Amino acid sequence: MKARSAVLIIYILLSLLPIYWMVNMSLKSNAEILASFTLFPTNFTWSNYHTILTDSSWYSGYINSVISVSINTVISLTVALPAAYAFSRYHFLGDKHLFFWLLTNRMTPPAVFLLPFFQLYSTVGLLDTHLAVALAHLVFNVPLAVWILEGFMSGIPREIDETAYIDGYTFPRFFARIFLPLIKAGVGVAAFFCFMFSWVELLLARTLTSVNAKPIVAIMTRTVSAAGMDWATLAAAGVLTVIPGAIVIWFVRQHIARGFAMGRV
Amino acid sequence: MNKPTNQKAWLLVLPMLICVAFSSILPLMTVVNYSVQDIISPERRVFVGTEWFASVLRDPELHAALLRQAVFSISVLTIEIPLGVLLALLMPSQGWRASTTLVVVALPLLIPWNVVGTIWQIFCRTDIGLLGSTLKAIGVDYSYTGDALQAWLTVLLMDVWHWTPLVALLGYAGLRAIPEAYYQAARIDGGGRIAIFRYIQLPKIRGVMMIAILLRLMDSFMIYTEPFVLTGGGPGNATTFLSQYLTQKAVGQFDLGPAAAFSLIYFLIIMLLCFVLYNWMQRLGGPSRTKP
Repeated sequence: MKARSAVLIIYILLSLLPIYWMVNMSLKSNAEILASFTLFPTNFTWSNYHTILTDSSWYSGYINSVISVSINTVISLTVALPAAYAFSRYHFLGDKHLFFWLLTNRMTPPAVFLLPFFQLYSTVGLLDTHLAVALAHLVFNVPLAVWILEGFMSGIPREIDETAYIDGYTFPRFFARIFLPLIKAGVGVAAFFCFMFSWVELLLARTLTSVNAKPIVAIMTRTVSAAGMDWATLAAAGVLTVIPGAIVIWFVRQHIARGFAMGRV
Repeated sequence: MNKPTNQKAWLLVLPMLICVAFSSILPLMTVVNYSVQDIISPERRVFVGTEWFASVLRDPELHAALLRQAVFSISVLTIEIPLGVLLALLMPSQGWRASTTLVVVALPLLIPWNVVGTIWQIFCRTDIGLLGSTLKAIGVDYSYTGDALQAWLTVLLMDVWHWTPLVALLGYAGLRAIPEAYYQAARIDGGGRIAIFRYIQLPKIRGVMMIAILLRLMDSFMIYTEPFVLTGGGPGNATTFLSQYLTQKAVGQFDLGPAAAFSLIYFLIIMLLCFVLYNWMQRLGGPSRTKP
């Protein structure tokens, strides 16, 4: 037991090093970052965070990101849950092909979709809206959600469904009352992954927005300017971007950790 | 796997189909359309057939990038999958420790990719970065901008740091989905840790591990932002992977036709690899797949 936690702790410490470096940079000034190697900030400063939290062109990016990512996660899970159930429980015409076609969408580099998306969304007048970003990210999130959920649903014995139907449950009631609690872990993981992949996607989000719906990852790119990199502000923005995701995983953690509850059925 | 046939299941799939089709089939048609034309200006287009495909496929730079990509992706998979499974097995299953470990392990995933590259750029510098300075202090002549192998290893290390948590999280969720009764049965049968892993845990997490393996394969094939920010593809071409080569073509030279043709070839390569791997893994676990 001791050795096991030791290995885990060593991994965690190593993986925290780059993150520590980011936090460290965010509490320094640019001059100090570039001047010399220091383990701790010598001239401790909150000014980078101050810049971000008081300038509306910065912090609106967080709001925009949260809005479009939430829309995306909700749509992804809503359409993915019934689809994943169908894939895991029934044979139907073309199911295997459909499933693989779905995965191919996850395989397409976003760069391929860039120009067509731009033309499509400017035609329907969705450019620079939260919905545009949310819809564009469906391309890679829906397949992922269906895939993860299907994996978890296949692990649930089908006898449970049949017993419930015999007991007089209708499909929606069975799904919400019995089935969803059983695949909590899967829903938690799927929700987190949808959130995460949409949260950090840069290419599509940057192309489809200009002012009103610009997400934080796109706003960050402006720290690269002709005057050089603004390392400190970028690091501070990076630290602040991690926080919402950490909150999301904190909320879904119990679903992930508790997992299968066979005893309740 | 004797699932009943029910065509009404299409109704459950339909909303998903509409959503994905809207944002994938239409754009894909556009790309196919571009790939067979020479676009001189939006008004002047010439149909060139398969000319772009032929010229892209003959490009030696593509072959080099493809080889680099293949070596990189294989390295990524051989390191991240075992490491991720190991982490998933080690992570505590209950209490505050489980929650904290979960959040801490997941942290690298949440950093935007351009920030990841930037942080590592500083992190690896020998004058002001932690990793760089440490390596220098040990006596390694380290430079990710000068030495091709070291640049490549740095990108690999960054990828392992960034993406192993994804494998670990999937594996962890998969392990948690195993009913306690299975472990009890194994204990009664006197199965040791290795036996439990081999005959209970591994078969049970096969599904999520397949997701993890394919996801890492796809994503490492599409890796762009991190190496672009960290090394810019250099030194020389040491870390120029496929997507960066594509972007150089599409954005750098404004050559929509060849870029579209290249996108399709690129896409077909990934699809073929995933198809082979997907079917192989399905077959591998298929007959022995135990259903409770």
